[in-house]
Amino acid sequence: MSAEKIVLDYSTPNTLCIRLNGVWLITSGIPEVNETAGQLNQFKNIQQLIFDTSGLQEWDSGLVAFLFHLIKECDRLRIQVNLGGLPAGVQKLLALVSKVHSATSINILADESFFTRVGERVLRLQAGVLSLLNFLGEIAVAFSRLFTGKAYFRWDEFLFLLQRCGADALFLVSLISVLVGIILAFIGATQLKLFGAQIYIANIVGIGMVRAMGAMMAAILMAGRTGASFAAELGLMQTNEEIDALKTLGISPVEFLVVPRVLALVIMMPLLTLYADLMGILGGLIVGVSLLGLNPVEYWQHTQSSITLVNLWVGLIHSFAFGVIIAVAGCFRGMQCQRSAAALGDATTGAVVNAIISIIIATAVITFVCQVLGV
Amino acid sequence: MEESLKPVIQVKNLDLGYDDSVVMHNLNFSVKRGEIFIVMGPSGCGKSTLLKVLTGLKEPASGKVLYNQVNFWEQDEKGQQEIMRRFGVLYQGGALWSSFTLEENVALPLQLYSNLSASQIREVVELKLALVGLSGYADFYPEHISGGMRKRAALARAIALDPEIIFFDEPSAGLDPVNSRLLDDLILQLRDTLGATIVAVSHELASIFAIGDRAAFLDTESKSMISIGSPRALLADSKDSRVIQFLTRGEPNHDEKS
Repeated sequence: MSAEKIVLDYSTPNTLCIRLNGVWLITSGIPEVNETAGQLNQFKNIQQLIFDTSGLQEWDSGLVAFLFHLIKECDRLRIQVNLGGLPAGVQKLLALVSKVHSATSINILADESFFTRVGERVLRLQAGVLSLLNFLGEIAVAFSRLFTGKAYFRWDEFLFLLQRCGADALFLVSLISVLVGIILAFIGATQLKLFGAQIYIANIVGIGMVRAMGAMMAAILMAGRTGASFAAELGLMQTNEEIDALKTLGISPVEFLVVPRVLALVIMMPLLTLYADLMGILGGLIVGVSLLGLNPVEYWQHTQSSITLVNLWVGLIHSFAFGVIIAVAGCFRGMQCQRSAAALGDATTGAVVNAIISIIIATAVITFVCQVLGV
Repeated sequence: MEESLKPVIQVKNLDLGYDDSVVMHNLNFSVKRGEIFIVMGPSGCGKSTLLKVLTGLKEPASGKVLYNQVNFWEQDEKGQQEIMRRFGVLYQGGALWSSFTLEENVALPLQLYSNLSASQIREVVELKLALVGLSGYADFYPEHISGGMRKRAALARAIALDPEIIFFDEPSAGLDPVNSRLLDDLILQLRDTLGATIVAVSHELASIFAIGDRAAFLDTESKSMISIGSPRALLADSKDSRVIQFLTRGEPNHDEKS
């Protein structure tokens, strides 16, 4: 096909004539320029290249791209190119390219050695930690201004945030918590059945949910739901320069955007956790009563007797810490977002991943401290 | 009829709107092959809505849009895609895909709709980037270049497949006068060299006078097109105060200034 489209004629001494035939459209395919460029070396003493386009039917910038690269190859081989035989439109386009063409090739992606990359990662990590500490400091200052009545605080937006962080999440928290309660009860039942002690499922589910599982499940849900939404929301505001607009008005974005979100989640997380605890216990009760034939009143009494106030407090401390972690991770990632769609995706993913990792670490720390304190 | 005089786009009795509200009534105009047609008017008059309808992104409330005598909105999805493949669109902010390099941005239409090899696609991309003055920037991501360069890169993507019609949404928006002028020159050169028909939505007077062969004025109050013609002829001959006010930026002694 390319042989028909290009015919090389070296009948005139020192002059190679390239005959271009047929249709040269991007959509219908164009010959490889490297093939033709490679053939230039086969002819001795070419000083000039000319074109014959009498057989050329349709063309578009596919032909121009071909010629553009062929001419560059000719420049390299010091062959003079006469564009006279080309259609006027092609000549205009080639002239336009050569006019605006800057030969400077700029390479921003320099090759980096392994050690450079590791070093840069460490420096980035250090910068990340420093900016997180800075962000936490800004939140602390903003809260102190809030409690001294100096901060700009929009109550209607805060109430809306409370609804988003609390009431809007109830269905999801109910569903997951009931299922976790059911799973805990099933796992416990298979073991306790061996000793005829199925009734202690109430203790396992009750303590498990109230002390840690309720808070953890609610937190993981909220990290994926609300933390991600905080990051996306603030990230988009960053992209749209809305945060810059706040700064230029002299309003602290942390005070205006971050504090209400942190406060809303810190208030709603313990409430959601209590709700998740109840739903988990309900899940255990369903399994105990319907599948294991336990008396519901007896189940409830066992649950009541097993859960102490200390368990409840431990669960609430978890939930408070998780609320802070999720809100800070979401807001921090959102505020740090760069101005691109990919960065927005990174911010959202980062918010969820950071929150979940931090939740696990916080759980381990609180559990260890409780162990040391004997509670 | 001579090829260059045939209308590429014909808009007939077109109503534009959102849900129950109509923003523009009974639009009628046609755009000839190789013409630069400007849609102008004050902010909020429905220019961008018209562009969305013309580019096939939004269905009109009623009326017809014909491309080479084919009614776009009567086609099935495949037919519409066929027509849209002949369009190139330069969006107001460029709309480059931020996770792609400039080369990847320009190459994607070629990968989807041509049979070119990878090396040929690279050659075409290099040409298109050179045409818009961005040689050497193929490996850059959009976030690493300036707003004016982003616009030009987006133009390179818009002309990747040598479209028959190129739509511009506020081409000069966000550009300094020098870059704006460069883009105007580029639009003229692309029309002259690629032979493309160009439809631009704009309210930048300098651009309208610099590149527009004909312009249609959309009026917010009457929700209709109240004038059409060459921008200079409109300025010189129009009796409509709204058009004159727009084209003279509300200056009373426009004759002396123009």
